[in-house]
Parts: sequence; C-alpha cells; structure tokens
Amino acid sequence: VSYLPEGTPVPSPGPDDAPFWDACDRQELRIQCCADCGTFRHPPIPVCAACRSTKSTWARTSGTGTVFSYTVAHHPTHPALHGAPPYNIAVIHLDGAGDVRLVSNVVDVPPDEMRIGMRVIVVWDAIGDGHFLPRFRREDGP
Amino acid sequence: VTAREASICGRAAIVGIGNTRRWNAPGRTPFDQLQEAAVLALEDCGLRFDQVDGLFCAMSTSGLPVLNVAERLGIKPTYADGTMVGGASFLFHLQSAMAALEAGLCQVALICYGSNQLTAGGKLASMPDPQPYEAPFRPRYPISSYALAAARHMHQYGTTREQLADVAVAARAWAQRNPDAYARGPLTRADVLASRMVSDPLTKADCCLVTDGGAALVLTRAERARDLPRPPAYVLGVGVAVGHRQISAMPDLTTTCAVESGRRAYAMAGLGPRDVDHVMLYDAFTINTLLFLEDLGFCAKGEAGALVQSGAIAPGGTLPVNTNGGGLSCNHPGMYGLFTLIESVEQLRGHCSDRQVPGAAVSLAHANGGVLSSQATAILGTAATL
Repeated sequence: VSYLPEGTPVPSPGPDDAPFWDACDRQELRIQCCADCGTFRHPPIPVCAACRSTKSTWARTSGTGTVFSYTVAHHPTHPALHGAPPYNIAVIHLDGAGDVRLVSNVVDVPPDEMRIGMRVIVVWDAIGDGHFLPRFRREDGP
Repeated sequence: VTAREASICGRAAIVGIGNTRRWNAPGRTPFDQLQEAAVLALEDCGLRFDQVDGLFCAMSTSGLPVLNVAERLGIKPTYADGTMVGGASFLFHLQSAMAALEAGLCQVALICYGSNQLTAGGKLASMPDPQPYEAPFRPRYPISSYALAAARHMHQYGTTREQLADVAVAARAWAQRNPDAYARGPLTRADVLASRMVSDPLTKADCCLVTDGGAALVLTRAERARDLPRPPAYVLGVGVAVGHRQISAMPDLTTTCAVESGRRAYAMAGLGPRDVDHVMLYDAFTINTLLFLEDLGFCAKGEAGALVQSGAIAPGGTLPVNTNGGGLSCNHPGMYGLFTLIESVEQLRGHCSDRQVPGAAVSLAHANGGVLSSQATAILGTAATL
C-alpha cells in the first residue's frame, strides 16, 4: 500500500534522470557520482557542479540514512490527498553518498514519534505500472 | 583608501517610492498594480516617464516582465534587468541599478512590481520551475521547506514554538501602529499557538499574509538626487548571494547565504550591525526573522529566539524590526522584497508617525527568495551618514 493515495503526481523521467528512476524500478537506490572528482549529486544533472566533468557513474547505496529534518503536512495539497494528512515530509541524509539528501516520506512513523536523527532505510513503494518511489522506514522497525 | 571609499557606497539614492496600498483590489491586474505604483513613485520624485531609461522588474505572473512593462509604460530602456530569483529579485535589481547608474548606462532607474495574488484566488502563482524530485512526496510549496528549516533550528538550538510565535506577535504590534497594514487585529502568543497547524512546526499564524499589491522605486545618482524634492535615501551598501534551488540542496538548514549578502553589504557601507537603527527582514514565515537576525549579525547563531522573546524587535524594544508589520501583518503579494525597501525609505524620511523609529539614519532591508535560496541585503542611509 502506497504511503500517499493514488492519483498524486508521479515522476516523468527525462534524459538526465532516467537512470535514477530506472534503478528505482529495480528497487535499487543509485545516486549519481562524478567519475572524475567523486562528488555525489542529486537531482541528476549532466555536469558536475564541483569540477564541470560530464562523466558520471550511478553508485548503488545501502539505502540507509538519517532524518536530517522533517515536517508534518496537515492539510491536502492535491485533490487526491483528501483524507491523507497528517503525513510527514522528511529530508534524509543518505549514508555513503557524500552530502546528498533526499526529500521523501517516512512511512511507518506517526507524526508525534518523528525525530531528527532517526535512523531510516529505504522501502520501495509501488506506485503502479511497475514503478517504485524511494520512501523510508525506521531502520530498527519491524 | 578604505573599502567603502573604493566602492559605490552612497553613489546612488532612492529618490521616489510608490506603494499602491491596495492589498485586496478585485478587478485590478498585476500590471494595473505595477503601473499605479510606478506613477506614484515618479510623482514622488518629480520625474517623468520619458526620463526613465533603466527598467527593472519581476512578476510571478509574467515570464517576460521587462517587455510587458516597457510596452505598457511607454519606456524605452537603455538598461533593463528582469532577474528572477523570487522575492529577493528587487534587491538584486537594486544592485544592478547601482552598477548601471555608476557606469552611466542609465540615468533614472525604475524598479517595479505588481501582483493580484489574493484576488486571483489566494494562491501563490506557480512559476514554471517544477521540482520533480520533491513533488511525489507532496511537500507544500513553499511552506514545507521553511518548516524543515524551523524544525532543524528547534532541534539544533532549542528554539521554541513560543519564540516563533513571538515573531508574529511583534509584527502584529507594529502593524497596529501602521494604518496601511492589512492585518491589525489583536494577536497574542496563545493565538498563534492555537492557530491551525499547516506544516509542523508552522501554523497559519506563522505564515505571511496573502494579498494583492504594487510597489515601485526610482533611483538616480547621488548628485542628481540632491536636487529632487524628497530627502534621498542613499544606498550605502548592497550585497547578494545565491545558495541553492531545492531545500534538499541547502547545506545547513539553519544558516542561509544571508551571511554572505550581509557581509558584502556591510563591507561596502563600512558599517556593522551595531550601526543599524532600523531593520526590515523578509518574513514570509516566522522562522525567517530568526534566521536573518542571526545571519546578519544582530545576534549569534541560535540566539535569535531568545532575542525575540526578550521583546527586542517589538515596539519599544532595542532593535526595531519590520515596523510596517512585515509580510506577516502588513502585506505579502507573493514577492515582498520591494516593500522592505519602501519601509526603510519611509523611516529614513521620518514619515512613519506612530511607528517612526526616532532619529533613524541607517536602515537595513533584507530580502529572501525561493526556499531560503536567494538572499539580498541593502543598507540605506540619510545624507548625514555619507
């Protein structure tokens, strides 16, 4: 079951970010990494902002990370979300991917139990047509 | 030669201001608001439209604002800048206008803005700049990003919900002294805390207003400014900085690049925070005021909550901040930056009656854009400060 209802916007991959979303569909969290200077970057872009190299790799990560910050949305921002709030939006600082942080949701933690610093791991949320979104759950959870 | 002497400190001045004060104006388009503000600003300084040769504008409803405004106002600019970095755009324009005036590329610069955000439906006009890596997780743009910063500030420095509420209460207390402010009813800390939660930890009362509005400024070089009817507000310092686009790319959610824009503005002015009599901070949300008090050096990082709780920024306090009532209580048409400068000029002119900061000679106006992304700081002063 998806964390948010069906009918909300889904990714529409383009040339720059198809490798990221394709990896998601294989349930792999891969982050773009400069092949020359090793700087991780996200969102995917064709050029490294640190060294301007156009060569990159897609490094598979462990999918673990830490909640860097979070907020709890209390009312719907999309017609499909009626009845969904409260839900959280979290910034996850990934392990082993430099400074890269993902905006995502933590799916198994009620609003009043969310904490900055909480350890989380990716969970693959099916959004239909064989596509998956990287959401997160408590690492020490069930 | 000091850094100040080598810079363009004081070389241009704001000579005219226009503010439609129409916060709820059904039937008026964004261009109507802008045009009225431009007329007011030119009347204020006694210059004519055919003398304007520098045009600076940004609107959330137009992708080509310079073209639209030039056509509608009959301006044939020799210098134009439609830089769009969100609500801070107009202070970026100020820096650009300073440089263009100094270089002789234009003689009379008009910076202008108009919006019908409230009467168009009460929604922030969405700009064509999708964020596909955040949208599937349904943050509410832009408040969720500011809430993420607020949560991190609370976690890292012990800032409290009560201290955030005190920012809104101080803004309202100033608004009650400004007959032009849109929200002037009573507001207590308890009211803010009891307000509807929108994006935890920010409630509705932690958010700026949604209004219509139009604003404009006219700048000339200092030697011309002295011959115009109003006391010039000299631009002593200006600095800009750009950090990131998406909140996930902001290196530290508790420190903005206002640190850099402020440092640049202070260096040009040869002044520091202790020299500032009056402060305008772009308060789209209560957390903004705390972040910018810290980043602009009015207190140490992490101490703004306590500073605000002490009453310092409210009427009667030691550091008057957002004396028009701010975006929280005066007006917020979507891109508020120009209104910070207008209140700074009004204070330096000494025209603010009940909310006047006595003897205000140096005023700092700071604007923010995007999701704490672009920052711009201007320091204005009276003739006595040159």
